[in-house]
Amino acid sequence: MHARRAPFWSGVIALILLAAPGGAALAQADLDIATPAVRSLTASMQHRHAQLAPYYASGGVGVTRDGLVALRDPAAVPLAQRAQANALVGAENQDRVALYREIARANGRPEWEADIRAKFGERWVAKAQAGWWVQDATGAWRKK
Amino acid sequence: MKPVNALLLGLAIASACGAMAGCVTINIYFPAAAAEKAADRIIDEVWQLGERPGASGEKPGTK
Repeated sequence: MHARRAPFWSGVIALILLAAPGGAALAQADLDIATPAVRSLTASMQHRHAQLAPYYASGGVGVTRDGLVALRDPAAVPLAQRAQANALVGAENQDRVALYREIARANGRPEWEADIRAKFGERWVAKAQAGWWVQDATGAWRKK
Repeated sequence: MKPVNALLLGLAIASACGAMAGCVTINIYFPAAAAEKAADRIIDEVWQLGERPGASGEKPGTK
């Protein structure tokens, strides 16, 4: 009986030792953002940014707190460009929603989509350039 | 001797279950720090902030 118990105990101890740090390491690991879908969405948004940048600067388009962009002040966009600005905002938001969903999916946690979007919302606002319009926590617009 | 063995076995199983349950619980929590890092990397790429370190606009008081 004694001879058979020793391997059992070492098995239990090994299980505990292996399981605990494994879980901790997984929780601290980076989120995977290197999937083809994330890369292609990032590239698409980067390309569009050249067209959106003047609208951020004029205040026509603002950075919302929920991780998107919005046509904040249509009057700041000349009438002739308003349709284009609207289309840019729509396309950008489509990419952003897809990006948040894709990061959650790529990391095996679709239920994290809303948390990821909220975190991005916070970071887009934090990284917006001086002079751009951003939404504060109450949803009010302010110029950085 | 036998009841002691049974108790030890019970304790071992309980602690093993506890260790595994702990792992599952850890992974359910949203990794906010990792998400912030991922967000910053993607935002830097989209807004091309890495190429202009001085113009990141990260601190509202700099301009």
